[in-house]
Amino acid sequence: MARTLLNVPAKAARGEIIEIKTLIAHPMESGYRVGLNGAMIPRDIIDLFVCTYNGAEVFRATLSPAIAANPFITFSTVATESGTIEFRWTGDNGFSQTESVLIAVE
Amino acid sequence: MIDYDRAMQATRRSILIGSARLAVGAGLVSLVGTIPARATPQTMRDAIREAVGDAPLRTGRVTLDIPSLVENGNTVPLTVAVDSPMTESDHVKTIHIFNEKNPQPHVITIALGPRAGKARVATRIKLADTQQVVAIAAMSDGSLWTASADVIVTIAACIEDVN
Repeated sequence: MARTLLNVPAKAARGEIIEIKTLIAHPMESGYRVGLNGAMIPRDIIDLFVCTYNGAEVFRATLSPAIAANPFITFSTVATESGTIEFRWTGDNGFSQTESVLIAVE
Repeated sequence: MIDYDRAMQATRRSILIGSARLAVGAGLVSLVGTIPARATPQTMRDAIREAVGDAPLRTGRVTLDIPSLVENGNTVPLTVAVDSPMTESDHVKTIHIFNEKNPQPHVITIALGPRAGKARVATRIKLADTQQVVAIAAMSDGSLWTASADVIVTIAACIEDVN
């Protein structure tokens, strides 16, 4: 499991726009680099990031190798109701990771 | 005897020159073999058209915030914001980021909706060369808005060798 850093407010007012910051440890190997033995290093990237709020998709990003290592993505969403905000990263070599955070909306 | 020595030297010299030429030739071949194909401004334009279609691109409404001079192309902070009320009837549907000279022109595509609240996204990207970065926002009414920024890069990313 790759390490993740998730910054989501624990509490929010109903209708408030909250900022979400996400970071996941991943090399994002571009596939264009030459290794020690002169052979190309194969591509190994995360190519999809999806955020769902109580099951409904609120944000989706399709990534290319041009995203820096340890992909860091900041975005915002409207706090509509208490529940779970789930993050899913998928990528090459069967990479898939899901993390979730609880949010209380008053 | 002297003649024989001269003849030997001549052959030795010509062999050395010959092998040096061979080495240079081999070097060139291997260099050509390992340089990856790079995106160009034209391939970027093609990629943009493929992603967003043929609607006219208008300048404005999009703010692309990226440093104009970066020391290390491996991590370049980038923020893109679009002036939009983000309501059900008028919101940003997608934001695309493209570059001119990385091996691939595409950087990221972001799908948003009215639930985003505001159209403002930040990430970190890699840049392989001094080049232009372009952001395009596709609105719910089908219009396309764009902003671009020139970035000078001193240490390139993406294609550097590991050593």
